[in-house]
Amino acid sequence: MSTLAPAPEAEKRHGPNRNYLNAGYTVRSWLLSTDHKRVAILYLVAVTLFFFVGGAAAVLFRIHLLTPGGLLVQPETYNKLFTAHGLVMVFFFLIPSIPAVLGNFLVPLMIGAKDMAFPRLNLASWYIFMAGGTLMIFATVFGGVDTGWTFYTPYSSMFSNSNVMLAALGVFVAGFSSILTGLNFVVTIHKMRAPGLTWFRLPLFIWAIYATGIIMLLGTPVLTMALALVGIERILRIGIFDPALGGDPLLFQHLFWFYSHPAVYIMVLPSMGVVTEIVACFCRKRIFGYGFIAVSSLAIASVGFLVWGHHMFVSGQSMYGGMVFSFLSFLVAIPSAIKVFNWTATLHRGSVSLRTPMLYALGFIGLFTMGGCTGLMLAAMGVDIHVTGTYFVVAHFHYIMVGGAVMGYLGGIHFWWPKMTGRLYSERWSVLSAILIFIGFNLTFFPQFVLGYLGMPRRYYAYPEQFQVLNVLSSAGASILGGGYLLPFSYLLWSLKYGPRAGRNPWPATGLEWKTQSPPETENFVVTPVVDEEAYAYHLLKESELGTA
Amino acid sequence: MKEFQIFPEQSSAHAAQVDALFFFILAVSAFFSILIAGTLVYFSIKYRRKSPGEFAVITDSPVWVEVVWTLIPLALAMVMFAWGSRLYFSAYRPPSDAMDIQVIGKQWMWQMQHPQGRREINELHVPLGRSIRLVMISQDVIHDFYIPTFRIKQDVLPGRYTYEWFQSSRLGEFHLFCAQYCGTQHAMMTGRVIVMEPAQYDAWLSGSGSEETMAQSGERLYRQFGCNACHGVKAPTLAGLFGSRVQFASGDSGIADESYLREHILTPSVRTVAGYPSIMPTYKGQMTEDQLAQIVAYIKSLRSYKTDREQKP
Amino acid sequence: MAQLEMSFENIEQQQATSRFGMWVFLATEMLFFGALLLGYCIYRIEYPNAFAAGSEHLNLKLGTINTAILLSSSLTVALGLRAIQLGRTRSLVYFLAATILLGSVFLGVKGTEYFLEYKDGFVPGASFVYSSPSPGIDPHHVEMFFLFYFILTSVHALHMAIGLGVFSVLLVRSCRHRYSAQDHEAIECAGLYWHFVDIVWIFLYPLLYLMGR
Repeated sequence: MSTLAPAPEAEKRHGPNRNYLNAGYTVRSWLLSTDHKRVAILYLVAVTLFFFVGGAAAVLFRIHLLTPGGLLVQPETYNKLFTAHGLVMVFFFLIPSIPAVLGNFLVPLMIGAKDMAFPRLNLASWYIFMAGGTLMIFATVFGGVDTGWTFYTPYSSMFSNSNVMLAALGVFVAGFSSILTGLNFVVTIHKMRAPGLTWFRLPLFIWAIYATGIIMLLGTPVLTMALALVGIERILRIGIFDPALGGDPLLFQHLFWFYSHPAVYIMVLPSMGVVTEIVACFCRKRIFGYGFIAVSSLAIASVGFLVWGHHMFVSGQSMYGGMVFSFLSFLVAIPSAIKVFNWTATLHRGSVSLRTPMLYALGFIGLFTMGGCTGLMLAAMGVDIHVTGTYFVVAHFHYIMVGGAVMGYLGGIHFWWPKMTGRLYSERWSVLSAILIFIGFNLTFFPQFVLGYLGMPRRYYAYPEQFQVLNVLSSAGASILGGGYLLPFSYLLWSLKYGPRAGRNPWPATGLEWKTQSPPETENFVVTPVVDEEAYAYHLLKESELGTA
Repeated sequence: MKEFQIFPEQSSAHAAQVDALFFFILAVSAFFSILIAGTLVYFSIKYRRKSPGEFAVITDSPVWVEVVWTLIPLALAMVMFAWGSRLYFSAYRPPSDAMDIQVIGKQWMWQMQHPQGRREINELHVPLGRSIRLVMISQDVIHDFYIPTFRIKQDVLPGRYTYEWFQSSRLGEFHLFCAQYCGTQHAMMTGRVIVMEPAQYDAWLSGSGSEETMAQSGERLYRQFGCNACHGVKAPTLAGLFGSRVQFASGDSGIADESYLREHILTPSVRTVAGYPSIMPTYKGQMTEDQLAQIVAYIKSLRSYKTDREQKP
Repeated sequence: MAQLEMSFENIEQQQATSRFGMWVFLATEMLFFGALLLGYCIYRIEYPNAFAAGSEHLNLKLGTINTAILLSSSLTVALGLRAIQLGRTRSLVYFLAATILLGSVFLGVKGTEYFLEYKDGFVPGASFVYSSPSPGIDPHHVEMFFLFYFILTSVHALHMAIGLGVFSVLLVRSCRHRYSAQDHEAIECAGLYWHFVDIVWIFLYPLLYLMGR
C-alpha cells in the first residue's frame, strides 16, 4: 500500500518534541489532567472496556440462542444477560462513544480553541462516568438485573428481585456525566470559536456535536427523574406507577421514552458528523449541501423530542396521540434522508479514495439507509402493531446503532488516529477488518428482520423450533462480527508502538485540527488561528500537502 | 405452524392489509437503498482517485436539488402515514357484532373465558369468520397478547382493560405469544389460537359439561355482593346502562363501557354519576378480575347495546 | 483579579462564557423539575379530591412565611449584585450574609414542617397514617400527594443548600476583596442560580399549598 504524507525527518524517530502525550508520564498527570485530549483518551479506554463487557453478554446469549430449547444458561441468567447488554451498550458505550472520545478530542481543535470552556468539569464528567459505570458493572455482574434496559413498571418497581436499584443508580449517575459533557460542548461552540470562524464556516462535525449536546442537556434530566421515581417506588412501595395503588404504568413509559428516543439521536448524530468529515476528505471536495446538512442536524434534534410515543403504539396510549407521534416520526426521517442524498452527491465528480475511514463511512450510509427505511415501517402504525416487541425492532435499531453509529465511530477512530496518536496503522489489516465487520454485521442482523416479521418476540430465552435456522444464521454472523471487532483493537494497539509515525496531515484533510502537529501540543495552538475560508476548502490545498496518498 | 418459513401466513383480511402496506414500504425502501448503494459504488469507481495529486472538480450545490429530494421522500412518507393510520384505526375498531372473550394475563399464563362460560388456559378456541373482541387485563405486570398470523398485538395492562379484535379467515392452529417482557418465564407465556368451523366451535363450547355463562355468573355475584340492594332503588338502574352515555357530577360525560364499569366498581368516587350522592362503597380487594369480568358481562346483558363498539380513545 | 484560565483568550470571553454556561445549566434544571411537576400535575388532575385533602394538611402559615423569606433572599442577592457593580464590597458582604441567613431560616422552617408532618404520620412509606374522611378519598392517593410534596420540596431544598454553600464561599472571598466592579462574575452566576431556585418555589408553593383553598 502507498504511504501517506511522511513526517519530517526529525520527527520520524521520536515524534514531535513536545506533545500532549509526552507532557507527563505519571499516572497522576493522566488522572488529574484537565487537557481535553487526555480526557478524551481516558474516555476511549473506558468505553472500549465497556464495549467488550456488553459484547461479552451478547456472545453468551447468541450462543444460548443456537438451540430453541435454550440450554446454555438458566432463564433468569438469560434475562440478566440481555439487560446487561442493553444497559452497558446504551449508556456506557453508545452515548459517550463519539461525543466523549472524538468530541472531547476534536471540538477545541476544530474551532481553534486551546481547550473546552470548562476543563475541570470535563475531567469531573469522566470521574462521574466511571462511578456510574462501576455501579453498573457491579449491578450486572454481581447478581444481575433482569428488567431489560427499559425498566418497565410495575415489573421493575414492584416485582423484580434483581439489582434494579443499583443499576438505576448507575444510569442516574452516568446521566450527570452526559449533562456536563453536553453543557461543555454547547458553551464551547458558542463562545470559543476562533476569529473568523462563523457558524457557517464550522465543520459539520461541530454542528452535529452541537445538536447532540442540546439533546444531552434537555433530555437526560427527565430520565434521571424517571429512574429516581422507580427507585422511590421500590423502596417505599408507593404506587406512582403501580395501578394497584393508584399509579399509572404508562406514566413511566412516557417519562422514559421522552429521554430514550432523543437518546438514539445522541448516538447517531455524532456518527453522521464523522461521516460528513470523512466523505469530504476522501472525495477531496466540499460537502454537497453544507447548509442543509447543518440545519438537518438541528431539525433532527428538535423534532426528535416530539416522537417518543412511537415506542408506545400498542401500550394502551390514546389512538389520537399515536397518530400525532406517527406523523412526527415520518417527519423526523426526512432530514436524515437529506443527509444521505447529500453525502452521495458529494462523490459526484470528486476524487474518491477508498481508504479505511471511507469504507466505514460508505458502510454507514448503506446500512443507515436500510435501518432508517425499516424505521418507516415502524412509524406506520398499522405495521408497527405486528412488528413491535419482536426481533424486527431489534434488527432495526441494531442497523442504526451498530451498522450506523458503531461504524461511524470506528471510521472516526481510523480517520483521526494519526492525529490523536501520531501513528499510522496497517492499511491491510484495517481494510480486512472493515470488510469482516460489514459481513458479520449483516449476517447477524438481517435474519432478525425475517424472524421479527414471522412473529418471534424479543427477550425470549427459548423459541419455537421453526425459528431455529434464522437464529443459527444470526449467531454465526455474531461470531464473525465479534472476531471482526477484536482486530481493530489489536492492530491499533500495535500501531502505538510499532506503527510508522504520522505527519501533520497524512490524508490530507481540511480543518484546523490538521494544522497542528500529530499528536498536538497540550495547548493545541501556540498562536490562535484566524479563519478566512469555508469549511471544506479542498480546492485550496497545496500540491505539497497531497503527498503520495 | 411447525415448518420453516420466511414469511408468516395471513389468516385474516387485516393481515393481508398489513402485509400490503409492508410490501409498499419495503418496495420504496429497496428502491432507495439500491439506488443509494448503487450510486455510491458507481461513483466510487467512476471518480476514483487516479493519482495522489489529483483534485476534484468544484461543483455547485443547487438548492432545487435539495428541494426535490426533500419533497419526494416527504410525499412518500405522508402516503405511508395515512395508510398506516387508516390501518391502525381499523385495527382498533371492532365491528359492533363482535363476540367478546375475556382474557386475563398473569405471570406466566393466559386465562380465557368465553361469554358462554367455558374457560381455557393458554389456548383460545374461536369460530371461523366471526369477529372476536378480546377484553384483556393483567393481574400483575404488563403483558402483551400477540397473534402473528392476524398481525395484531396489544399490551395487557394491570388496572385497566385493553382491547383488540380479529376475524379469522382460515382454519388452523396459530401461535400466541406474550410480547412484552414480563419476567423470568416470559418466553414460556405462549399458547395457541385454534380456529374451528362454527359448528365445531359450538360443540366445543358445550363440551365441558354445563357451565354458567359469564352473564349468569355475573348475576349470581351481583346478588352475592349486594349490588341489588341499591341499584334500581336509590342508585342508578343498570338496565340499558352499558354503551350509553353517562353524565358525571363533574360536568363531563362518558360512555359506560367495560373500562368504566370496572373502574366504577373499584373506585366509585371517581367519575360519579350526576344527581346521585357518592355513597357507593368500593369493592377493591374483594373481587378477583374474573369476578369483575363476569359482573360486567352481566350488566352488559341487561340490554343489548347498539352503539359503536369503539375502543375509548 | 480573576485568573485568566488557559483556554480563554481574554477575561471578557471567560466571563461571558461563565454566564452563558449558567444559563444552559439552568435550562437542564428546568427539565429536571419539569418532569417532577408533570408527574404531580397528572395525578392531581386524576385525583383532585385526594390531593386537595392532602394539601389541606400542609402548614399554610409556615409555607407562606417561607415564601416571603425566599423572595426576600432573592432581593438581597439582587441588591448584593448591584452593590458590587458599584464597587461596594462591604455592602456586598452584608447582602450575601443576609441571603445566607434568610436561606438558612427557610431551611429551618422547612425542616420544622417536615418534623410536624412526620409526627402526624404523613411521611410516605411504612409509617404513613391517614384516616380518610370520606369513601371518595383513597388514602393511597393522599400518600401519593405527600410523596410528590416531599420529593419536590426536598429536591428544591437540596438545591437551596447547595446554593447556600456556594454563597458561603463567595462571602469568604468577598471579605478578602476578591471582587470588584469590573470583576464579579461569580456573584452574577450564583445570583442567576438563586433566582431560578426562587422561581421554582414560586411554582411549588401555589401548586402544593394553595390547592382548593
